[in-house]
Amino acid sequence: MKPALSVIFFTVASGAGYGLWCLLGLAIATGIYPLTGTGVLVPLGFGFVLVSAGLLASTAHLGRPERAWRALSQWRSSWLSREGIASLVTYLPMLAVAWFAFTRHAGMSLHVAGAVLALCALATILCTANIYRSLKTIAAWRTRQVLPLYFMFALLSGGLWLWAWLALTTGLAISLAFPLALLGLAIVAAVIKVDHWKCVDTLPVNTAGHATGLDMLGHVRAFEGPVTEESYLTREMAFVLARKHGARLRRIALALFGLAPALGIAVALASDTAWLAPVAALAAIAGLFVERWLFFAEARHTVAAFFPPTQA
Amino acid sequence: MTSLPAPAKKKLGLVIDLDICVGCHACAVACKEWNDGGDFGPLPDDDPYGAEPHGVWFNRVHTYEVLPQAPATSYASTTPRTHNPHPAPAAQDHPLDSMGLQQPAPLIESRVPQMVHFPRSCLHCETPDCVTVCPTGASYKRAEDGIVLVDEDKCIGCQLCAWACPYGAREIALPHPKAATSDAGRKDSKRGTMQKCTLCVDRIYNETLDERDRQPACVMACPTRARMFGDLGDPDSDVSKVVAERGGFALMPEFGYQPVNRYLPPRPRRDGSEAAATASVPAEEALDTAQLPPLLRWLDKALSR
Repeated sequence: MKPALSVIFFTVASGAGYGLWCLLGLAIATGIYPLTGTGVLVPLGFGFVLVSAGLLASTAHLGRPERAWRALSQWRSSWLSREGIASLVTYLPMLAVAWFAFTRHAGMSLHVAGAVLALCALATILCTANIYRSLKTIAAWRTRQVLPLYFMFALLSGGLWLWAWLALTTGLAISLAFPLALLGLAIVAAVIKVDHWKCVDTLPVNTAGHATGLDMLGHVRAFEGPVTEESYLTREMAFVLARKHGARLRRIALALFGLAPALGIAVALASDTAWLAPVAALAAIAGLFVERWLFFAEARHTVAAFFPPTQA
Repeated sequence: MTSLPAPAKKKLGLVIDLDICVGCHACAVACKEWNDGGDFGPLPDDDPYGAEPHGVWFNRVHTYEVLPQAPATSYASTTPRTHNPHPAPAAQDHPLDSMGLQQPAPLIESRVPQMVHFPRSCLHCETPDCVTVCPTGASYKRAEDGIVLVDEDKCIGCQLCAWACPYGAREIALPHPKAATSDAGRKDSKRGTMQKCTLCVDRIYNETLDERDRQPACVMACPTRARMFGDLGDPDSDVSKVVAERGGFALMPEFGYQPVNRYLPPRPRRDGSEAAATASVPAEEALDTAQLPPLLRWLDKALSR
């Protein structure tokens, strides 16, 4: 699949935003969040920037972005429609938390708003992952690792930003459990991602004989494509560039979203250097951009089998 | 509404005979021509006369080379198709020589490849994901005859339906990224929306056309009548009968989309091995000199010295 920059930015940035909102909401709901007022508003606002920038970028992938509102109508059957609704609904508990933080309200309703925010953010991540998982034509997106990875990457990248905010304002000593949990998450996500890549590499590749049903006659070779030039299908769904540099890009992604945050957390905690926290968060985001680029570029679409290898 | 309608009795679709398609692309051109001007047009191209012409076609003709693996006689068109994506190697029934040892398999290259021309367009599936993934309701299946269409006024061009289709039936009308300059099509209202085969819904019910012409443009144009249009939901229709008779098959049924269109398999060809064998040994031409007139008999004798 052709990796569209708009969709990569959307899934990475809004994923981080929803992950941040989810953990912030959870911390507020359980009452363990150490800050109030601006201490809530700043990470909440940063999540707002990530989520909104991602959603706006996703409309750049549309042929008719001015009609994006129409995507809210088919929630009964379409995960993209559900994602659109969930993403907008999540703004409501976010605004509630923001209002309570702004007015320094600290009652039960703040806890409830935090819990609802966490749940809505999780639901949106679920919908985003299912947009891709629902496509039967792209086997690489239907493996068992895809859904947990979307959740883990959102919580890891968002969590690192939340931790960076806490580290810079309250210092590193206030909580050890949160950064250590993030460290564990980075390692687990890296292991599952490696497993996913292994799985993708062993998926059967569709053949021209199977696609056309002509394999009942013998060995089938695509002799000529329908046109000499490339078409929408060959550009969009027969993208092969990534597999050339796949191994190297995988190592870069793994180092940035797995190794760098894990090392960053360990060194920051050991040496009490708070500025390593935002560096770890930035590295994770960069690594996830590479990971998401590969998620698209390495995924083979069934339709590519119809075309001669020179076109596909 | 992108939820699928209840299954309709009427299933309009195409039957494509791969045995007699000659790969002339007339169906594709006729389709492009009609749909450039019909209710769903225009279908403008980017850079149509330049170095990299690019545009939407509802119908495209591929060409495949098939090397028979098993002896051609083992294939019968009436045999029901199996849909195994990884078929087991064809059974090798090599003759045993006098020592009881298996003789080497004939080289696959010695077989004559068969060219199959393969028109590819929307199969108007009964339960397609291209309809259900659509977030706007623009992609829909008609309850009355099963035709799958895109409402161009609702489509936002997210392309998820094209991603969901394993048959490559949908193409979006976007300007070619490399085309620096484009024709007026860039400003066209249809640009930015998904395009697909309409089964010429603006022809088949068009009462301003002669009744004989109320067929899809591709069917009308085919010079070998390799394309047939009809109701595949009616077992007594001509198309259903030919599908039953010739063992018509659906493409990649494992997706569960239940394509309506059917392809008729090529009939078995002589594999050419006999012709090749005779060609390799030049035939001895018998000449009965006794039958020749005296002059030629003398000439034959003189030249044979």
